[in-house]
Amino acid sequence: MKMMRAAGMALAVAFAAAMANPVRAADDIKIGSFVSSTGVMGFMGDAEKKVLETYVASINAKGGVLGRKIDLVIYDDGSQADKAASLAKRLIESDNVDIIIGGTGTPTSMAVIPEVQRAEIPFISLGGGVSITDPVKKWVFKTPHTDRMCAEKVFLDMKKRGISKIAMLSENLGFGKSGHEQSLEAAPKYGIQVIADETYSPKDADVTAQLTKIRATPGVQALFVFGTGSGPAVVSKNIRQLGFTIPIYQSHGVASKDFLKLVGNAADGMRLPADGLVVAVQLPDSDPQKPVVMGLTKVYEDTYHADVSTFGGHAYDGLMIAIDAIKRAGGTDKAKVRDEIEKTKGYVGTAGVVNMSPTDHLGLTLDAFHMLDIKNGDWVLND
Amino acid sequence: MFAEFLQYLLSGITVGAIYALAGLGFAIIYNSSHVINFAQGEFIMIGGMATSSLVAAGLPMWAAVLLAVLITMLVGVALEYFAVKPARNADVVTIIIITIGASIFLRGMAQIIWDKESHSLPAFSGETPIHLMGATIVPQSLWVIGVSFLAILVLGWFFNRTLFGKAMLATAYNRLAAQLMGIRVKRVLTASFGMSAILGAIGGIVVTPITYTNYEAGVMLGLKGFSAAVLGGLGNGMGAVVGGLIVGVAESLGAGYISSAYKDAIAFVIILFVLFFMPSGLFGKRGTERV
Repeated sequence: MKMMRAAGMALAVAFAAAMANPVRAADDIKIGSFVSSTGVMGFMGDAEKKVLETYVASINAKGGVLGRKIDLVIYDDGSQADKAASLAKRLIESDNVDIIIGGTGTPTSMAVIPEVQRAEIPFISLGGGVSITDPVKKWVFKTPHTDRMCAEKVFLDMKKRGISKIAMLSENLGFGKSGHEQSLEAAPKYGIQVIADETYSPKDADVTAQLTKIRATPGVQALFVFGTGSGPAVVSKNIRQLGFTIPIYQSHGVASKDFLKLVGNAADGMRLPADGLVVAVQLPDSDPQKPVVMGLTKVYEDTYHADVSTFGGHAYDGLMIAIDAIKRAGGTDKAKVRDEIEKTKGYVGTAGVVNMSPTDHLGLTLDAFHMLDIKNGDWVLND
Repeated sequence: MFAEFLQYLLSGITVGAIYALAGLGFAIIYNSSHVINFAQGEFIMIGGMATSSLVAAGLPMWAAVLLAVLITMLVGVALEYFAVKPARNADVVTIIIITIGASIFLRGMAQIIWDKESHSLPAFSGETPIHLMGATIVPQSLWVIGVSFLAILVLGWFFNRTLFGKAMLATAYNRLAAQLMGIRVKRVLTASFGMSAILGAIGGIVVTPITYTNYEAGVMLGLKGFSAAVLGGLGNGMGAVVGGLIVGVAESLGAGYISSAYKDAIAFVIILFVLFFMPSGLFGKRGTERV
């Protein structure tokens, strides 16, 4: 009897262990991921997690990659850089993943770079900052466009309209702060002078004081707002309240349906750069991106009944680039996969056409951005 | 030049009125127990979020407002019943710490029940700005200012003219004596949380068309409202409004004439300066005399 009970116990323990850690076939392709599905970047990481899970499931349903199933291990870093670093360590050392796709923000991505460089494992970041791939790090790649590219695209458009003296109003931390620095660096190259430079806090209830100051600065020809979340919506309302007549530019940080819902008609007439995913339906049929972005939009909306965001697109691109590289490498040898990611050429993704090289681990050009106008509370493709 | 100054002043008044309305919420609970309720900002957030989600669900505005105020009141009463009452013999500082914990809990719940996005409400009387000698103000700001002053009048009447209001003040001053006089002190505390929540919810609903709301909107409103209340003298309705307007106008003038980078710092320097010379706030003395 005692023996039986002991055997039963052992069986139960073994069963519990198996439940907690589903049996992984030795030849599964192990993709590790850490995203910020909670915390300040929660709305971004949440979309990334959903896209990764949906696509891995559908790829597995179709027989996997190279006849092998994909095993996705995904953790939440709570938007904290230190947690991201320890999760990356866990992915590498205890989950033995073959490649890492993740890092919702620039801080969480930067925090894991030393770890992946040391462990020599390919890492595709979903963070926006230039610093992730500039300077180039051997094992680090990324999919989203940078704030630097957004600034350059806007300045290019301003130059076309003969604008040379502008005002900037940017968020005083995170996304807006980095965008502000990059804008100031890029401006001289396009003959743009920033003659009024103000900031706001993302939680400000009203920014008319800053805007009044900008309006009172003589010679301002256009206003460039750099921020994300609800801040730019408050700014847009205040701009309308004060009756600005100069052209207003926003950053790609507002390129989401949620922004339009929030702001109503207050942002009409403003212009911003955004990737093809945002205006999927409006892209001409001749655009190579059209089938890709329409496909993702449909899958996401059918599965989650919500609008797909740019951030989901970044995760999609990361996963597809990784899978293509694994296919070309004929396996998951880390060094070979890394080399193949670097050789990615002509990959058409949601962010644009990606052409990587040993000196460019992002592979996007300014053409990846479309200029959009906001009309009647909706996007209108401008180029 | 004057038009700009006037615009700074008007935006300061807009922001100040929002802080004032947030600050008023601290008065009721403070007056009945000397507890500073750090979950007050969350009452504001729940009021705004509930209304905006109910409107999105298709309810007419008035029904959404009533329901949201009711929901927030129930949250306030539940907070008192489940978190504060079990610790009723603890000292004031312990209860204040409990309210901080409650605020974190309520933010987490809001994140789960609603989402992490920002939400909006339509402005009550349109968005056409009112022009005033070259400066502008949106009609919603007048709503915020109007509701703040209405709230002062109601609070003043309640604490000075009604038996229940006086019972609240008495409970705060001396709990045992109040109980001996036949005041049901337990009920006083429950009612104070319910009323605070109602005031918070109304504030949240009125400011949402201007500031938008999301699950953590209460952090900023609670902090700025608290600053306003401390500056004006805790527990004093008029103090909270004057304090709020001073903080708002200081921020706005600071952003306009010095730099937007220092605007929050300027407001806090003024608060520290005032408290250095008048530790109980601008109207604090009168408040304690009344008790």
